[in-house]
Amino acid sequence: MTNFTLTRRGALAGLGAALATPAIPSAFAQGAPIKVGVLHSLSGTMAISETALRDTVLMMVEDQNRKGGLLGRRLQAVVVDPASNWPLFAEKARELLQVAKVDVTFGCWTSVSRKSVLPVFEELKGLLFYPVQYEGEEQSPNIFYTGAAPNQQAIPALDYLLGPDGGSAKRIALLGTDYVYPRTTNRILRNYLVSKGFAAADIMEEYTPFGHSDWQGIVSSVKRFASAGKKTAIVSTINGDANVPFYRELGNQGIKAEDIPSVAFSVGEEELAGIDARPLVGHLAAWNYFMSVKSQVNDQFIAMWRAYIKNPRRVTNDPMEATYTGFKMWAQAVTASGTTNVADVTKAVIGQKVATPSGYIEEMGANHHLSKPVMIGEIQANGQFNIVYKTPGAVPAENWSPYIPENANRRR
Amino acid sequence: MLLAILLLVSPARAQDAFTAALPGLAGGFGQIAEAVEKLGASADPRALPLLQALQEGRLLKREDGTLLLQTDAGTSEVPTGRPAEAGDAEAVRVNNRVRGALRGALGSLQILSTNPEERLKAAEDVFRSRSAQNIAPLEAALARETIPAIRAQLELSLAASRLASPDNAVRLQGINALAEVTDQNARALLLETKAQAPDLARQIDGAVAKIEGRLKVRQMVETFFQGLSLGSVLLLAALGLAVTFGVMGVINMAHGEMVMLGAYATYMVQEALSGTALAPFALPLAIPAAFLLAAAVGAVLERGLIRYLYGRPLETLLMTFGVGMILQQAVRLIFGAQNREVVSPAWMQGTLTLGGLSLTANRVWIIVFGLLVLGLVVAAIRYTRFGLEMRAVVQNRRIAATMGIRTGRVDALTFAFGSGIAGMAGVALSQIDNVSPNLGTGYIIDSFMVVVFGGVGSLAGTLVGALTLGVLNKVMEPYAGAVLAKVVVLVGIMLFIQRRPRGMFALKGRAAEA
Repeated sequence: MTNFTLTRRGALAGLGAALATPAIPSAFAQGAPIKVGVLHSLSGTMAISETALRDTVLMMVEDQNRKGGLLGRRLQAVVVDPASNWPLFAEKARELLQVAKVDVTFGCWTSVSRKSVLPVFEELKGLLFYPVQYEGEEQSPNIFYTGAAPNQQAIPALDYLLGPDGGSAKRIALLGTDYVYPRTTNRILRNYLVSKGFAAADIMEEYTPFGHSDWQGIVSSVKRFASAGKKTAIVSTINGDANVPFYRELGNQGIKAEDIPSVAFSVGEEELAGIDARPLVGHLAAWNYFMSVKSQVNDQFIAMWRAYIKNPRRVTNDPMEATYTGFKMWAQAVTASGTTNVADVTKAVIGQKVATPSGYIEEMGANHHLSKPVMIGEIQANGQFNIVYKTPGAVPAENWSPYIPENANRRR
Repeated sequence: MLLAILLLVSPARAQDAFTAALPGLAGGFGQIAEAVEKLGASADPRALPLLQALQEGRLLKREDGTLLLQTDAGTSEVPTGRPAEAGDAEAVRVNNRVRGALRGALGSLQILSTNPEERLKAAEDVFRSRSAQNIAPLEAALARETIPAIRAQLELSLAASRLASPDNAVRLQGINALAEVTDQNARALLLETKAQAPDLARQIDGAVAKIEGRLKVRQMVETFFQGLSLGSVLLLAALGLAVTFGVMGVINMAHGEMVMLGAYATYMVQEALSGTALAPFALPLAIPAAFLLAAAVGAVLERGLIRYLYGRPLETLLMTFGVGMILQQAVRLIFGAQNREVVSPAWMQGTLTLGGLSLTANRVWIIVFGLLVLGLVVAAIRYTRFGLEMRAVVQNRRIAATMGIRTGRVDALTFAFGSGIAGMAGVALSQIDNVSPNLGTGYIIDSFMVVVFGGVGSLAGTLVGALTLGVLNKVMEPYAGAVLAKVVVLVGIMLFIQRRPRGMFALKGRAAEA
């Protein structure tokens, strides 16, 4: 068995090397290349989501090289495959920092993978850009978080459901997959609802394993929960492909978005691309970017992505946009500080501003989190989102939620 | 009667209401919803096409707020009807709030439609608009209606509308009517009214208690059905294993991948037939295709690898585990890591109503399919020559061989048969789960659990085991949650196996010792 694992890893390392951008024969004579680590799962359960992020980083590297690289040096991507295996993430991070000696890393999707690499980046003084919305309650000097904190996604989405446009919900069902992100997020949301005067009986909380497919019982109990004469809404932190049978069961049991709307935090364009979205029309998702945003930067971003991936129908999504933004910030900081030294770049990243595809200018705060606009979209039959709400400006991140009592005092 | 309704609303006033409501359609979501409600109440003949256009995204808005109506005949201005160019006008967007208002408004406008399907849908939609203004039209519609299903829905909607009346006597009529209905929506509506009409609280509580009493019984039946449905899924997943593991004793860790291949076969049949006249029958046709594909892979696996490892369970386990991974990766290479979409035919979507119970259609069909497949397996083993030879080889290989049975061939056929059954399970699972390369991994543990719990080698045990586990799981789910329910069931099985290592239906006699 051990023998087998070793050979498999060997094969993956080979694959990683083969995937790295080929050397571009051009005028980058001076200096060794700047190395950009890519730490995304290319196999296993998370491959569906993370492969697109690997491609986004490679696209940005290629684009930067076409513009003449950085500091007169060429960029070189180093791709490794942590295979959706959380401990392997830490090993691969160590390999990137110690063997490949990368100057910066873009990577991770699930919170558990980020928690696994965090000590490695802190110990070896590396620099990681993490592009996915998460539960907050974390701030490492070696990580920049370019996805949303709960106050930039979960809480505004809940506010929308409680407001008149969302149907003035008076009862909330919190459904999630059983792991750290949904549990922490729902804890924040529950405390938030209680602070708004919700009784415990008006909040339902239910967790299911990864890949859950039999939703009959849970959807029936949501229906029962909704029949107490108060407008009810679902907040879904269900992750991965378990969403498909969940929505199918909602449709089969005749729950329409007008009756019991659901808002999801992990369902985006990429997830909807493979399924029939017609029964889902009207259900909501909250993100900081939608492909349907109308902005010049977004048009360019979509065109660039489709040209790079050579598929005129591929979709973009929020974590890809966050990867784009993080890469731009890092490149600007390297240019500004004139070095790739992690300590100097880290200082320079704070305060960087980037015009992002979301149509807003986002700024990196001293808490290593971005200020981001919040958008809520309704699913349309074609798998795109109809944006029904967005904040007037970018919202600064509160990574230490005031609704988690033991950490609230860590806010500055 | 129709005349009476028309007279109720004088044309001049209706037109005013129509024109007055129009500017709202160019506003924000809240204003649009209000305008839609007004248009629904206006009973103006021009409101229906306008609202339908809004629902279908054919109502456009220019930047200055002018509304344009797009039809097959062309684009025209609202309300003048002058032809116009669409230009850069954008569709008026709707959200859930507007969509809800639209359903109610369209319902009250279509309640007298000549098409019975439209009438039924309208009667359902009117239920949610809950306006006292609907009482008169609903009474009129009810007087004309002859189809029982539509009448029942109309009565329900009428009772709901009566609840919105300011007159307590009318409200009481509605409360009494709703008390006779077994419906969660009725309960919700009554509780909602309770907040608005505190002086009727006693009557409402009485009605709600009546409804809840009946709902409780229905809920028990529903939970039992859900358990049966989960059980039938487990049965389907485990039946193939009951043959390969139960009868032949091969610990086949690649069993889940046979199920997965069946699901992909369904996808391939669907793609191959799409656009042809056979497309609606893709799902039934996929059943033999899935059986043959999985059986062929099973036969190759048995002849190529497993037969060299008979009597060495540990090596068989490791080898089939590896084969499973290879099959998964092969499928990933051919079809990609993304899930594939298998479309559900219309007869497998929505709910079936059986004696007041609404059951999801796909689950009902899967229960039926599971029992059919079980019947097929039993028949094949009991009544065919192949089944006879199979039993002979299992009971005593050497004597069977001396009787002229080619035991090697029987082994291969038995394994292929078990794999084929797993493939057929894949067809059913493609309807309720994601068709992905790791579809099978989710079912392999459950399958072994069912076979061991039921009793290795006993088909009756597999049936009873699957259904018991399914019902236990679903009965416990509301109390313990989905995760804990699974854990509790697992612990229960561990304790059970401690006491009865051979499962519920233990084989007795010499065959058991072999």
